[in-house]
Amino acid sequence: MLRYVAHRLLLGLVSLLLLSMMIYAAAQVLPGNPGRLVLGREATPDAVRLFNHRLGVDRPLPVRYGDWLGHAVRGDFGSNYTDGRPVTDDLVPALERSMFLAIYAFLLCIPVSIFAGVTAALRRGRPADRFITVGGLSLAVIPEFVLGAILVTLLGPGFLNLFPGIAGTLEGASLWTKLDSLFLPALALALVLFGYIARMARAGTMEALDADFTRTATLKGLRRRDVLSRHVLRNGLLPTIAVISTQVGYLFGGIVAIEKLFGYPGIGFLTLTAAQIKNFPMLLACVLVLGVVYFIATLTGDLLMAALNPRVRLGDRQ
Amino acid sequence: MTVVGGDMPQVPVVVEGAPPLTSQPLDTPQRIRREMVRQILHSRLFVVGTVLLLFWIFCAFFGSHIAPYDAIDDSFSPSYHAPTWAHPFGMDRVGRDVFSRVIVGARSVIAVAPAATALGVTLGSVLGLVMGYFGGTVDNVIGRIVDAVLAVPFIVLSILVLTALSAGSEGISVSPLKLIMVIGIAFTPIVARTVRSAVLAERDLDYVQAAKLRGEGSLYIMLFEILPNVMGPIVVEATVRLGYAVFAVATLAFVGYGPQPPSPDWGLQIADQYADVTLAWWAIVFPALAIASLVVGINLIADSVQQVLEP
Repeated sequence: MLRYVAHRLLLGLVSLLLLSMMIYAAAQVLPGNPGRLVLGREATPDAVRLFNHRLGVDRPLPVRYGDWLGHAVRGDFGSNYTDGRPVTDDLVPALERSMFLAIYAFLLCIPVSIFAGVTAALRRGRPADRFITVGGLSLAVIPEFVLGAILVTLLGPGFLNLFPGIAGTLEGASLWTKLDSLFLPALALALVLFGYIARMARAGTMEALDADFTRTATLKGLRRRDVLSRHVLRNGLLPTIAVISTQVGYLFGGIVAIEKLFGYPGIGFLTLTAAQIKNFPMLLACVLVLGVVYFIATLTGDLLMAALNPRVRLGDRQ
Repeated sequence: MTVVGGDMPQVPVVVEGAPPLTSQPLDTPQRIRREMVRQILHSRLFVVGTVLLLFWIFCAFFGSHIAPYDAIDDSFSPSYHAPTWAHPFGMDRVGRDVFSRVIVGARSVIAVAPAATALGVTLGSVLGLVMGYFGGTVDNVIGRIVDAVLAVPFIVLSILVLTALSAGSEGISVSPLKLIMVIGIAFTPIVARTVRSAVLAERDLDYVQAAKLRGEGSLYIMLFEILPNVMGPIVVEATVRLGYAVFAVATLAFVGYGPQPPSPDWGLQIADQYADVTLAWWAIVFPALAIASLVVGINLIADSVQQVLEP
């Protein structure tokens, strides 16, 4: 097991390092001249040169990359091009807001999708199964902001007016206000996740239903309810739980558009603003942090999976 | 899908008591293919999906001819008029007919998504063939790069690259060509991963060994022996990717990386009118339903193709 953990950790770190190189290259080689960008057209060439020198962008690329990475691993992502404040000042609260929204979405999604998946598996091939499977997959391909816009029309200010359509910063708001204001964005994210988690739950349950231990349990005379709760669900849902954590990365992709739609300044919103004003230190920090979140989530999922299934950790790793 | 070793000479095998080999075996590649196409066409979901997709493609090509009003011109009406018989989807902030804008808005999505998918599937298939066939170091190195790219949400990666690409200009400038390139390249690793695992399953089969013994080159084996046998997963992946390409184009347009006002693009319409959702829900919900119907239509096609090709 330890060998497997080390192996996964190393592979993940290599990928993260490569990612940091690629995004750094993309963001640094191409914009050319931040001094000109920040100071504007009217600035003198000397002022631009001085500005660039202070930023250190006149040094060779590998030196700058090493410097940036060295600081980044210690949690220092530099300062905004625009106002000189440390990037982390805005990054940390934004990440906390997004985490809150993400956890909320998962809490809404997981019980319903597992229930739907198990229901589909128990009615395999019948209309209910097709409805849940096809419906779930269809929801999964609709962009989050489209679901958000439709939800706002139906449940938000459009018709029923049950929930607000704009979240805002929610600074110092009570937990109840937060849950109320973020219900629609969380529901939009949850609907997108629903199809995938339901499909995993369905597959896991079907596998357990077909397994020999289920047949044995049935043949030895256990009631159907006991067969399901003690044997089928306990075995069938373990992989689903492991897979859920790998969906965190997927969720964070959807958070960008959802946070823009609802005006909720999380990390997706921050990424977008940084990109629009070309504040590259912030943009890089956001992308890297999203990469780290994905890395931790995938690693957790893989390790859970390995802990649950000896074939994964002992057998062929491909 | 071709049957294994379809182009090899038929060697007559005589088995005691077995009926003689007929010159027309039952399962010719053509027959299998025809049967699969028949099964796909008979799926009700496939028909629904195809109708939706064809409808929007038709709108993309002829939208400006069939739309009752001009999609851009705002010179005639009051703002935010609720739906009426003359304007079934109502009017937007500056008095444009939302119905016409939804019809014409199909164009900017249909112009980008299929081309981006084609690019991504082609590059991804090549990469996946190389990774799966050669394995070893090539596979490992490319695999790590693929993992790194996949670690960032696709939308975030596209935003980063599109921002970097418009670094020289003020603001963000995104052309359809840039979108096709960025989405296509971002899809490449995902497709490559699927094709790679399909190739791994084929690589050690006898027909590949036979081709190697015949002295065929790697390129020939990859393109003419393995590729026809992994077409099933590639076709499935392509239909799934097309749905996600529409997803990506719409989302990028919504966050400002796409057509600019006054374009009737769906994502842009939603971004543009959302602040006034309390005043005029019709200005955002109809473009939203348009996007939803297109992606769901493509997804129904993808699902029925998958049911038949990968049961």
